[in-house]
Amino acid sequence: MVAPAFILMFLLLLGPLLGVIALSFTDYQLGSPSFSWIGLSNYQDMFGDRVFWLSLRNTLTYVAIVVPAAVALGLAVALLIESGGSLRTWYRTIYFLPVMATLIAMSIVWEFMLHPQFGLINGLLHGIGLEGFSWLQDRRTALYALCVIGIWQALGFNMVLFLAGLVSIPRQLYDAAEIDGAHSAWARFRLVTWPMLGPTTVFVVVITGIRSFQVFDTVHVLTKGGPSKSSEVLIHTMYIESFEFFRSGYGAALTVVFLAFVLLLTLVKSALANRGVHYA
Amino acid sequence: MTPRHRSLVWSATRHLLLLCGAVFILLPFVWMISTASKPQTEIFTKSIHFIPQTFALWDNFATAFGKASLWRFLVNGVVVTASIFVLQVLIALPAAYALAKLRFAGREVLFALVLFCILIPPQATAIPVFLLFHQLGILDSYAALIVPFTISAFGIFLMRQFFKTVPDDLIEAARMDGISEFGIVWRVMLPTAIPALTAFGIFSVVAHWNDYFWPLIVLNSEHLRTPPLGVASFRNEEAGTNYGPLMAAAIVIIAPLVVAFLLAQRRFIEGITLTGIK
Amino acid sequence: MAKIELNGIRKTFDQTAILKGIDLAIEDGEFIALIGPSGCGKSTLLRIIAGLEPQSSGEVRIDGVQVDGIRPSARNLAMVFQSYALYPHLSVFDNIAVPLRMRRHSALARMPLIGRLHPERGRTERGIREDVERVAAQLELAALLKRKPGQLSGGQRQRVAVGRAIVRQPLGFLFDEPLSNLDAKLRVHMRAELAQLHRQLKATFVYVTHDQAEAMTMSSRIAVMIEGNVVQIGTPAEVYENPRDIRVAEFVGSPKINAMPGVIREDRGLEVLGRQLRLGTAAAAGRCTVCVRPERMEIGPGPGTIAGIVTHLEHLGAEAFIHVKVDRIDLPLLARVSPDQQLPEIGSAIHLGFSDNAVRAFDAAGKRIDVAVPARSERVREKALG
Repeated sequence: MVAPAFILMFLLLLGPLLGVIALSFTDYQLGSPSFSWIGLSNYQDMFGDRVFWLSLRNTLTYVAIVVPAAVALGLAVALLIESGGSLRTWYRTIYFLPVMATLIAMSIVWEFMLHPQFGLINGLLHGIGLEGFSWLQDRRTALYALCVIGIWQALGFNMVLFLAGLVSIPRQLYDAAEIDGAHSAWARFRLVTWPMLGPTTVFVVVITGIRSFQVFDTVHVLTKGGPSKSSEVLIHTMYIESFEFFRSGYGAALTVVFLAFVLLLTLVKSALANRGVHYA
Repeated sequence: MTPRHRSLVWSATRHLLLLCGAVFILLPFVWMISTASKPQTEIFTKSIHFIPQTFALWDNFATAFGKASLWRFLVNGVVVTASIFVLQVLIALPAAYALAKLRFAGREVLFALVLFCILIPPQATAIPVFLLFHQLGILDSYAALIVPFTISAFGIFLMRQFFKTVPDDLIEAARMDGISEFGIVWRVMLPTAIPALTAFGIFSVVAHWNDYFWPLIVLNSEHLRTPPLGVASFRNEEAGTNYGPLMAAAIVIIAPLVVAFLLAQRRFIEGITLTGIK
Repeated sequence: MAKIELNGIRKTFDQTAILKGIDLAIEDGEFIALIGPSGCGKSTLLRIIAGLEPQSSGEVRIDGVQVDGIRPSARNLAMVFQSYALYPHLSVFDNIAVPLRMRRHSALARMPLIGRLHPERGRTERGIREDVERVAAQLELAALLKRKPGQLSGGQRQRVAVGRAIVRQPLGFLFDEPLSNLDAKLRVHMRAELAQLHRQLKATFVYVTHDQAEAMTMSSRIAVMIEGNVVQIGTPAEVYENPRDIRVAEFVGSPKINAMPGVIREDRGLEVLGRQLRLGTAAAAGRCTVCVRPERMEIGPGPGTIAGIVTHLEHLGAEAFIHVKVDRIDLPLLARVSPDQQLPEIGSAIHLGFSDNAVRAFDAAGKRIDVAVPARSERVREKALG
């Protein structure tokens, strides 16, 4: 009964996972008849490559901007929605829309919004007397424009997770806080909401982190990593190396780096989960 | 200030802040619809106006459907996502049942493997699976789009957790009635699991309808393109000239899921937040 | 110490009236229990006293001061919740310290990180420590101060909740079914502890419960609430012996009081199940209900007794209950007997009687009606039964 599932699991998940690690120690190129083991050569190449470091730095910058912003905004929106009675469902629906909309299609919309001459954003900036940018074509702004799209897309998902977390906080704790003298909304937030949301927050941060590390769609459609590698990110580099230059071995080494970061985030999560963010 | 005033001020502030955010969220959607309704001449102007002077939505739709095989992309999307989901269920359900309700040697080890596999990001296995499919000669086919996702460790995990909550009595009663173990999976467990399966279905369909990375890697032929790939290639062909039809195409691509979401919001939010567990 | 007065408290929620005009004066230092079936509005009333919910109309006064619109914490009342509502991320010490920190530290000193730099903070914190430790010693929590609520037993959590309430020495205490999450044994134990605590603190206790045993054993007065009204207020004995309303009679007492359909005749005589009682009343003629507590039922044949069939026996060790099916009543009548007496067989015929002073009669609207025994007939009947 478990046989089909586990055969496929070995064939399509575990095998390839081991395969990608093994591959990173070879010089295999798609189509070449043979390959040889070259040890850490791929990694040496990688660490010596300026593009890799740029790509890593951009990915980390992207994560460092998108995660705090999407988490904080998601929490803020969830708190605002939860704090009042009216129009809850409406707001929830609106903020969740970007999660549902195919990111590729919406990237194209964003591209037009960010259009240097006819875009909405520059038009609005012009309206208040500011000079616009060629957002996606300017190396100073391309990565940050992608960050904004990333935040736009991730916010609603985080909001829904926080809403679920907020609903599960017992009402009586707020009553107790009120009786104990937590007068201000801030005091109640500090005493009850924030600590009770601890597990949810850790969770949302890690999920957003992992997803941000995987950023690819927007980059590939909008900037192709450019201009001059200013928005090059890890998975995009991996894609180019593996599937456009067919340097499978080198691409595998990049994948291993990506995996290491995802693993790190997962470890952070379980470490925090065991350190008593969870409680009865 | 009286408490009544205070709550009024707070309520107004709340709506103001949420509306500002909502504008940021909705702006691309509004602009997409607005642009898709404008003729070429209105799109390429410096002045911002949301309501088109000449309503050209139908023309733009017609152009989009004429220039790109949008129908084809949509059909491909349906075929691929539906096949993936059906196969995922066929493969995951028996495994989930066995892991939840049957006793056999190595069960704990297998379950640990499932938990581990949930953590593997799809990008990590792309290269070896691509090479494998290259060897098998099935790149650039429906099979290449579907097969890698037939196994969903997350699906096994989710259904196993659900089956755990089904009382043993139900299964034992079925065995007493002479139903085989596979019969139990499909005739006893499956009907009880409909809510969990719906949530998983929504999760799976949304993920694969929107997937761009894998189809991009394995596809060449135009007639196999999934919706995201289709709209991206349409954009590359138009190369920033024909925004009206392009926006119309974007509307067509996101419409199925967005409409379904608006009709069954609660279920969709449940289904999508499942990824929370992932 | 506080006197709490409620005047004409009404509460409507979505057009449903939950409280329909409550007037209640709770004396300084009194232990009053609000009891009633679930949904009677007792918890809502408690939350209105606490200030957690605004009333639709009416006023709450504490020590003569109207407190409507005053924040819960400023009313100087403490509350113990059904689920204890302990902060799960804080240790026992910190849980008990919360109300003191909220009061004694300025908002600035409570800020994360920078609060530590506040000059006054150290001294205030020492005072808080002393107070928390004093309360912990009083409640035998001293050894548990570093634990988190998740690591405590139900009884210990309960004590922490009480500790958090008493540490700031409030004017009064509000309890919202505080024992309902404990197992039966612990509940009896905590009952004694709470009663003891009340004697020690001499503060006003308002105690909401649906468990009449708690109300009967701990409180000095009981207010019985039914469908949004306080139907009767009195000492536990008064409420039990002299219910003013049939709903009170039926709610208080376990097992439930026996209710038999009766008639007040035109000549002011009283009939039950077609038998004439030697009781008379001043009330108007019509249908009525005659109630007798199970322990006042007497077994044995005699004039005017009620014949029935034994359907069930409950032997509880210290007492036994006989269930008797009687014509024209759906529910069996219950009689409490001493277990050392020979119990009848199930299915056997039996006669039930009761003395005249055991009768509590209620009119068709459920209001208590006074019944009196004409002096000359009483002796005769007692002889007949004896």
